[in-house]
Amino acid sequence: MDVATIVQVLESTLRLATPLLFACLAGLISERAGVFDIGLEGKMLMAAFMSAAIAYVSGNVWVGLTAAVFASVVLSLVHGVASITFRGNQLISGVAINFLAAGITVVVAQNWFRQGGRTPSLSGNARMQRIDLPFVDVVRDVPVLGPIYTILSGHALLVYLAFLCVPLTWYVLFRTRFGLRLRAVGENPAAVDTAGVSVVRLRYGAVAICGVLCGLAGAYLATGLSAGFVKDMTAGRGFIALAAMIFAKWRPWHAMGAVLLFGLLEAVANRFQNIEILGVGVPVQAMQALPYILTVVILAGFVGKAIPPRAGGSPYVKEH
Amino acid sequence: MRTGKIPHWADVTLVPLLSVALAFAISAVLIWAIGESPSEAVKLMVEGAFGSTYGWGYTLFYATNFIFTGLAVAVAFQARLFNIGGEGQALLGGLGVALVCLYIPWPHWSIALIAASLGAALFGAAWALIPGYLQAKRGSHIVITTIMFNFIAASLLGYMLVSVLRVPGSQDPASPRFPSEIALPKLHEILGLVGIPFSTVPPVNIALLLGIAMCFAVWFMLWRTRLGYQIRAFGESEPAAQYAGISPVRTTIYVMLISGALAGMMAVNSVMGEQQRLVLNAVEGAGFIGIAVALMGRNHPFGVFLAAILFGFLYQGGAELALWTSIPRELIVVIQALVILFTGALDNMVRMPISRLFALRKRAG
Repeated sequence: MDVATIVQVLESTLRLATPLLFACLAGLISERAGVFDIGLEGKMLMAAFMSAAIAYVSGNVWVGLTAAVFASVVLSLVHGVASITFRGNQLISGVAINFLAAGITVVVAQNWFRQGGRTPSLSGNARMQRIDLPFVDVVRDVPVLGPIYTILSGHALLVYLAFLCVPLTWYVLFRTRFGLRLRAVGENPAAVDTAGVSVVRLRYGAVAICGVLCGLAGAYLATGLSAGFVKDMTAGRGFIALAAMIFAKWRPWHAMGAVLLFGLLEAVANRFQNIEILGVGVPVQAMQALPYILTVVILAGFVGKAIPPRAGGSPYVKEH
Repeated sequence: MRTGKIPHWADVTLVPLLSVALAFAISAVLIWAIGESPSEAVKLMVEGAFGSTYGWGYTLFYATNFIFTGLAVAVAFQARLFNIGGEGQALLGGLGVALVCLYIPWPHWSIALIAASLGAALFGAAWALIPGYLQAKRGSHIVITTIMFNFIAASLLGYMLVSVLRVPGSQDPASPRFPSEIALPKLHEILGLVGIPFSTVPPVNIALLLGIAMCFAVWFMLWRTRLGYQIRAFGESEPAAQYAGISPVRTTIYVMLISGALAGMMAVNSVMGEQQRLVLNAVEGAGFIGIAVALMGRNHPFGVFLAAILFGFLYQGGAELALWTSIPRELIVVIQALVILFTGALDNMVRMPISRLFALRKRAG
């Protein structure tokens, strides 16, 4: 394997990790506040469709992005109403949202564009443009530093934003009052309530942030990574993000490590159809299944147990 | 947001009916919004699904799939376990059916049916065993592990079909055809024995009767056996069940084995009864529809049966709709999602007006 191939695979890793990272942080914030969210997939899918559809109609990717975030937040609020206000089953609500998005995107796409449930291909300003970091042409030939800088350069704005969200999420969760309360509401909502802070408002806040991040994930998927929406284009990425979140044990920096690992696996599986490790051929399907297998292993607690926030999944009932 | 008591009969009839009505109403708005007529759509669907024995045949074929997956989810729900892995368990069930049908020469379809059912149940149960064990012994959340197992099952099946079972020289990732001697009798052949004419086209077959038999078997198991009592007690209250000497580990693992076996048996209908070979998307989301069916059927085998017919109707009606109008089949996925949302997650919201109604009646009476 030459340097050029490695550079290509790593560039592709960053791009593939981006939607995972947004969705992973989205789930992390929601679950830290005690609201389980297996509807990341559905929100991403809805956002992917809205971003592509509106970007195509308006010719402007940023208008599409705004619409995507809006649509994703609307689905988040449905989840919030079901699981916070009406104290319904959060997991079932998440399942419902996944199907709602899977169905509605195709029905509406077929009605708007009549292309079998996809949007027309995006081009020009309707797609996210690559940003070249300064001096990339000068640095390119410098040994070691050059290839690394080349890998980091030439991505869409949202790729950089996703990686900026990691320290931001860490800061908000662990260094602000809001973050402290958010984590507290996921561990012991009764204590937060006793302190006079609204559990419902905090949880809605977390769910809304989750919606915004899923919106960014979907928008990048349809207008950055691809050039348009196709049916079921998230293809399980919402669940890989969920897996990454558990893998990272609900911690932002570890989440970045997990999505980079899963992104690398996807990039390698895309690039090479046959991989040999120590002379034994590894089928491409094994590479695809690896994130899920790793997550089950982590969940089983054989290699460091993953313990979710204590109040996760249970609605809060105020005492009278 | 407090909901008062409502009588049991209202809980099992009014709540699901109102949920479905809400789901249909929103879907009607969606149909109207994309410029089609909701009333025309309903007419087309009802005619397409119930207007002929051809329509009935497809409705019942789809319903058979949903009976199995619905029962699988319902049994797990009785123990408060959310088995979302029906999709993967049914995929593995398909693998079990294919191995049994391909590698053993069966003299007669009836023996093959029994063997394939056992194979499907065994593979489905095995695929549910690991998440069940991890939930019981290690406390790993069953919802997450079963989701992960769905994806692992899809990869495993992809590998098996591409690299192991594929017909040599064929590009199509599918197993060879099963021998024609073990083709299951179709419903028109069975009804023909008693002189009832039925369309020969639809793939509805003897697995429908197997599904109905499983409804009775599950009912018997849940309400007439010690294990069923333990499962329900465990679902009502884990600490109370444990205090009564019911082992949580044993109950959880047994429930998941039964649930996985039921989901796996769906493959008898779809793989052995229809396609006669194993293909990549043999399950086509039926595992997930089982969630809607179980929620709607209130986790009771009879309710599951009725809900499965309803979803069979939606599936066949939806196919007709896609054929004659510009409404794609995915409309059914929207209806399915809304049914899950209202019966499963917004349950308390749906209950509110009903419980208020009963409170008013009580005050008046």
